Parts: sequence; structure tokens; C-alpha cells
Amino acid sequence: MTTPLLATDKLSAMYGKFTAVKNVSLTFAPNRVHALIGPSGCGKSTFLRTLNRMHENTPGAWIVGRVLLEGADVYAPEVSPMRLRRRVGMVFQKPTPFPTMSIFDNVAAGLRLDRGRSRTEVAEIVERSLRRAALWDEVKDRLGASALGLSGGQQQRLCIARSIAPEPEVILLDEPTASLDPLGTQRIEELVFELKRDYTIIIVTHNMQQAARVSDTTTFFYLGTMVEHGPTRQLFTTPREEQTEAYITGRFG
Amino acid sequence: MNRRTWRRLMSNTMVGLMVAAVVVAVLPLLLILGSLVLRGASSLSLSFFTSTPAPVGDPGGGVLHAIVGTLTIVGLAALVGIPVGIAAGFYCTEYRGTRLATVTRFVADVLNGTPSIVVGVFAWTWVVATQKHFSALAGSVALAVLMIPMVMRTTEELLNLVPTSLREAALALGYPRWRTSLVVVLRTALPGIVTGSLLAVARIAGETAPLLFTALGSEYLTFDVTRPMAALPLVVYKYATGPYPEWHRLAWTASLVLILVVLVLSIAARLATRQRFSRGN
Repeated sequence: MTTPLLATDKLSAMYGKFTAVKNVSLTFAPNRVHALIGPSGCGKSTFLRTLNRMHENTPGAWIVGRVLLEGADVYAPEVSPMRLRRRVGMVFQKPTPFPTMSIFDNVAAGLRLDRGRSRTEVAEIVERSLRRAALWDEVKDRLGASALGLSGGQQQRLCIARSIAPEPEVILLDEPTASLDPLGTQRIEELVFELKRDYTIIIVTHNMQQAARVSDTTTFFYLGTMVEHGPTRQLFTTPREEQTEAYITGRFG
Repeated sequence: MNRRTWRRLMSNTMVGLMVAAVVVAVLPLLLILGSLVLRGASSLSLSFFTSTPAPVGDPGGGVLHAIVGTLTIVGLAALVGIPVGIAAGFYCTEYRGTRLATVTRFVADVLNGTPSIVVGVFAWTWVVATQKHFSALAGSVALAVLMIPMVMRTTEELLNLVPTSLREAALALGYPRWRTSLVVVLRTALPGIVTGSLLAVARIAGETAPLLFTALGSEYLTFDVTRPMAALPLVVYKYATGPYPEWHRLAWTASLVLILVVLVLSIAARLATRQRFSRGN
């Protein structure tokens, strides 16, 4: 087993007095796709949002425990959440292109945070990111057009291109296909498979077939606790826990 | 009567009622515009825009002094009112739950409902009474006070319309909060904020009451904001209440000019804020 890139150590996430994630310790190996599954409200999205410190943007939200990126606690006082988020990118359930920006500027948005990158460099990175997100051929003739003119699936791939442009190490996908049609979903899934060569991917999904198709390891959450974690094939064929089996066979959730 | 006919009849009746409501809403506006053009356009000439009033009895004369006055007074008011209003609205959305935001919002609502003449009295005691003379500046102060709550509340409403998901998307890219607010949230809401600010400008451009005892009015063309200054609503008020039929005609024409000024301002700002996209690189 490769050394973990990202790990959590006895991590709990709270909203005020409510505990959404209870004492979760997990490791994520590099260049793998990790799926987080479980019924609605099981804490999997909250867990995901603790990994890039988006959780703390919710009023009243706090955590206990540690999140380790390459062994260093991302909640240490000297760590800037802005810097962390550039190493741990995120794509949301609904496509969120910036409506005032062109397709090009959307992808370049994260790059604009560093000074001293030449225009040609930015243009190169934008093209590379769009190619990696399998969107380049569809938009190369209209980079200056509004991103809102794209279909939902294209917008989601644009958001993926935007999140990989600053070269993060980890990409968090929070139900990235929940608002897409089957074709759009299929393209994102193919893309996820491609992207794991360069990135470590953690994907939250409601769709168990999706988890089975795209991921290498799967974690099952239930009522805020981690019930089972293991290689995807094993978790779906021979789950160790009763609850996992009940969920993946559709008996509840 | 079968179901289908009944449904169609009902539908037509409702559509008819809505059309009637639209007519009732638009008719006064059309009548006002119509009578303005009808009565005002006849005296409209180039010299009306380029000259100052002629002595009573002499033909001709214009309202250049009042056009300049309105643009100056309203311009100064907008210069203060719009930035302060936008900044205050911005604060109230960014720091929604704070006590200051709640109090500010409440005060703005009260101020929005305050009759403009009361604001004029305030400007009189604050500026005119302390300086011991009327001035265009005092008029601008009154108008700015009227503008701030209008601009603030529109800004706030429009910023609240920007989805949280956009804010989160920017934060997730590593944007600091201030940059997220400016580059993503404010920029997304900007066209609406400009329109809102413009409506506020249009509204205060027609205010007469707060100018009566601040800017006072003048017969001469002046750019000195520390002296009394003419304004279109004041000219309309003076001419319309005067004894001469010729003045009444001028009042109509001045009203028409006032509407045209507001119209030109609106169109200009719309053109300036049209959504544009960069070529890419």
C-alpha cells in the first residue's frame, strides 16, 4: 500500500451542538478514486467539506480532530485555508460557473490569484485544463463567450477544468453528477477515471453504481459514523458489516 | 356547457382581467407623457437648452441654468449617495446577522419612508442654517440623504440574490473572502445595482420639496455650488405657479426636459453596464 496523501485522525465535525461526523479516522492513498457513500444526512458531504476547510464557512460549524495532508495538520494555526484550498480543489453538486466571466476567464479564475504569470502561460494552462476536462474541443471556438451558454454537463466539466487549473493534489467532488442527465454523468465518470492518473480524487455520491464503477476504495457512512472502509470490489461483494450490506442491497437508505 | 368550453371561458376572462390591470397601470404614464409632449414640445427649441430665462414679456429664453443646476446638484448627490449606499448595502449582506446590520437596515427602511420635505428641513438646519445662506451643496446633501437608503436596500436585495453556491465555488478555489465578495458576488450583482442606483438618481432628480429651502433656485447660470442654484423641478414649480400664461408653457417644456434628462441618463448607464465578454486572451 502506498503512503496516504490525505488522512483524518479522530475527526468529528459539528454544527453548533449537532455532531454531523463522529470520530472518523481514514486514509486516502494518492492517485486513487475514493468514494464516500451513505444515505442522505449521513455526514459524507460534511466530512468532505472538512478536508478543504469549507466546513468552517458555515456559521456555527467547528471540528475536533485532525486532517493531515502529507502528514501536516491542515487545521494548524499557521495554515491558511486559502492556500490549503489551492492544494485541495472542490467541485460541487450544482455546476457553478461564474456568470460574469467568459469560459476562458472561468478556467483562469484560480490562476489569477498568483501574480507574475504571463498571458501565454495562463492561456496554456487554460487549454491544458480544458483538454484534461474533455471540454476543449467543444469550447475552443468560443472561449470568450459566457459560460452560462454551456449545457449542464459542460458547465460541470468547466468547473472541473477550473478546479484542476491551479494544479491541486486532491480533488473533492461533492455529488458532481447529481444534477446531470445520464450522458453527462457518463462523461464525468470517464473523466474521473482519467484524472486519477494525476490527482487523488474523493467523490461523494448517492449513486452506488457510480461508486462501484469509478472508485478504488469506498467508505460507507451512516448517521455520522464511518461504518466500513475498504477496496470497492470487496465492499460491494463481501461487506463485513451488516449495515453496509443492507444499504448496498437497497434494504434501506 | 362542457368542461372544455368552461375552461377556455375562464382562461380568457382571467387574461382579460390581467390586460385590464396592465392598461390601468400604464395609462396614467402614457397620458402624462402624451400631455407633456403635446403641451411642452411646441416651445422646445435649441435655444431652450442653450439660454437662460428672458425677462417676462420677452419671447424666447431657456432653462440652461436649471439643466446645469440639476446635473450639478444631482451629480454631487449621486457622487456621495451611490458609493455610501452600495457600501452600506454590501456591509449589511456580508455581515447579515450583526447588530449593526440589523439596526442599519431598520434605519434605512424608516428613512426610505420619510417624506422628502422632512429631509429638506434636516438639510436646512444642518447646512443652510449653519452657513447662513442657501446653496446648491445643501440641496445635494438633502438629495444624497434621500438616495442612500434607496441604493442601500436595492444593493442588499440584489446581493442576496447571488447564490451561496457561487460564493462557495470561489472560496473553494482559494479566493480570500474579500476577493470572493468583490470579484464574484458584487460583480454578479453589478448590473442590477447599477439599474437600482439609476432609478434612485431618476427619482431624486425630480424631487422638488427638499430643494425649495436648500438650493432655493436662481435665475442665473452658475457653477458655484456654495451659492443658490436653479434646478429643473424648481423651475417647473416656479413657472407653473406663476401668473403668466407664457410661464405655464415654459413649465410644460421644462417638465419635458426633466424627463428627457432622466431618460438619457438611464440609457447611457444601461449601455455602459451591458454584459461584455473578453475575447479570451
